[in-house]
Amino acid sequence: MSLIPLYGKTRTELAELVIAEGLPKFSATQIADWLYRKDVDSIDQMSNLSKKVREQLSEKYTLGLIAPDQVSESTDGTKKYLFPTGNNKFVEAAYIPESDRATLCVSSQAGCKMGCLFCMTGKQGFQGQLTSGEILNQLRSIPEFRNVTNIVYMGMGEPFDNLDSVLKSTEILTSDWGMGWSPKRITVSSVGLIPALRKFMEQSNCHLAISLHTPFEEERKMLMPIQNVYPIADVVAEIRKVFKGGQRRVSFEYIMFDGINDTPKHVKEMAKLLSGLECRVNLIRFHTIPDSPLRGTSDAKMLEFRDALTSKGIFTTIRSSRGQDIQAACGLLSTKALIEKNNLLFFSHKFFTNIV
Amino acid sequence: MKSWSDIEHSKQRVISNERIAPGSHLLKLHRNHKFIAGQVIALGISAEIEPRLYSIASAENDDLITILYSEKAEGALTPMLSNLKTGDTLLVSKPFGTFTAVKDNAVFVATGTGIAPFMSMLLSNKVNHATVIHGASYPEFFYFSEYLHSTLGERYIRCCSRCMPGCLYVGRVTKFLKEWDALSPNKNYYLCGSAEMVVETRDILISRGVSTAKINSEIYF
Repeated sequence: MSLIPLYGKTRTELAELVIAEGLPKFSATQIADWLYRKDVDSIDQMSNLSKKVREQLSEKYTLGLIAPDQVSESTDGTKKYLFPTGNNKFVEAAYIPESDRATLCVSSQAGCKMGCLFCMTGKQGFQGQLTSGEILNQLRSIPEFRNVTNIVYMGMGEPFDNLDSVLKSTEILTSDWGMGWSPKRITVSSVGLIPALRKFMEQSNCHLAISLHTPFEEERKMLMPIQNVYPIADVVAEIRKVFKGGQRRVSFEYIMFDGINDTPKHVKEMAKLLSGLECRVNLIRFHTIPDSPLRGTSDAKMLEFRDALTSKGIFTTIRSSRGQDIQAACGLLSTKALIEKNNLLFFSHKFFTNIV
Repeated sequence: MKSWSDIEHSKQRVISNERIAPGSHLLKLHRNHKFIAGQVIALGISAEIEPRLYSIASAENDDLITILYSEKAEGALTPMLSNLKTGDTLLVSKPFGTFTAVKDNAVFVATGTGIAPFMSMLLSNKVNHATVIHGASYPEFFYFSEYLHSTLGERYIRCCSRCMPGCLYVGRVTKFLKEWDALSPNKNYYLCGSAEMVVETRDILISRGVSTAKINSEIYF
């Protein structure tokens, strides 16, 4: 029987677990404390549980921490970690240190179903959902764990397509019984799946980032097939309805493609779409991916675009590109080659065992 | 899709739920709302189970709405959908979505149940002179093939990945598109299927000179 991972369980889940094991209810808070505040590496280190209880738990459960398989380091200090998450599944996380902060970009799914034209992850299709433990493990199991100041759910996958696990992970990150982070240090990014967006706004105080990329319907359909189901105008209308301001920040991500979404008419339409909404726009350099007809906008034109949006009253920044040389930059995360390699190994092994 | 509380919906009775191929069903419901061919509805059995989206396969003016679905053994909803009998109730959202604007001389590329929105467009006479390229693993999964064959003739191409050589093209849709002599960069391409199929097909079309502006996709989210 395989052991059940404890890491990633909320206090409510731990309470159910300890009741099922016949332990006192307060053991749930003790276990959460060891998992998320004292960062133990084994059940045996949970020293305020009796030896008998630790042995009892160890028979069925494990911490579920998984070390990264590989790490690549960029010349700019960015590190890309590769984590195995199950049978032939892998995800990547990018650690991005800066002078005043260190951001970790985590994955929420192995692969992605959204099929955006500009994204490498989309090219590998969808392999599976991550559990809350597998999401948080990307933080807990890197050597820089204690240096991380901010988390962005912008790695592989669409977080709102795995919202329950994402919400569980943010609950653990932000709860008093969990890691005690401020939700202001966490940003969840989405293409804008509207029903999940509503639930996220209701149940989480974390920042929201929406992948916008163009305000025009037909153009967005070309870039992002999700536009056919949840048009950006409806996504923005929904945000207007449910966003009450306060500490939460709403931002719109805008990858710039040469000659496609970087014209004055885009500035005008963006101003119309976002008019009166308390938000910011992050302009992102496009990192060319193989076989893509898209090209990135020049730096000079990005500056012009930023200034034009700013002059329309939209707070706009240009996100600096990090980790491009190790394929860790925005839109470049992919484990397709590994999946193919592993499938090949699996099938060659199968073939070999069939013929001997 | 996450919760029924977030979606405007109603309870509806099943008119019929016919098994048309192994694991594949045609579900019929009364049409309570107008829709545009290419739109989807969310379906569910109960408020506790996450709603899922399905393209409508019937004509805009039919009194009934037809949904084509295939049962996924590991799925949360389809095993229950397949057990529905006439008169059973299910939760149904209003139709929505914008995979609807289709131009003449369109090329529809679908795998499996991805044929559904294109059937709706054809039955609703939304397009003239369309070509349909449908991919499936076995001949029984070429849903609506009788209608498509009689309506489109040679413009209905079936790519069968696990068939013996015969009257169908043997191989996947993607292999067919790489070899297809009649592929024209001037036509408009509409894709519907899994993320893997859509992404791979889109890359092949782009490599064969089709501009991204001429490719519109619907993915099984």
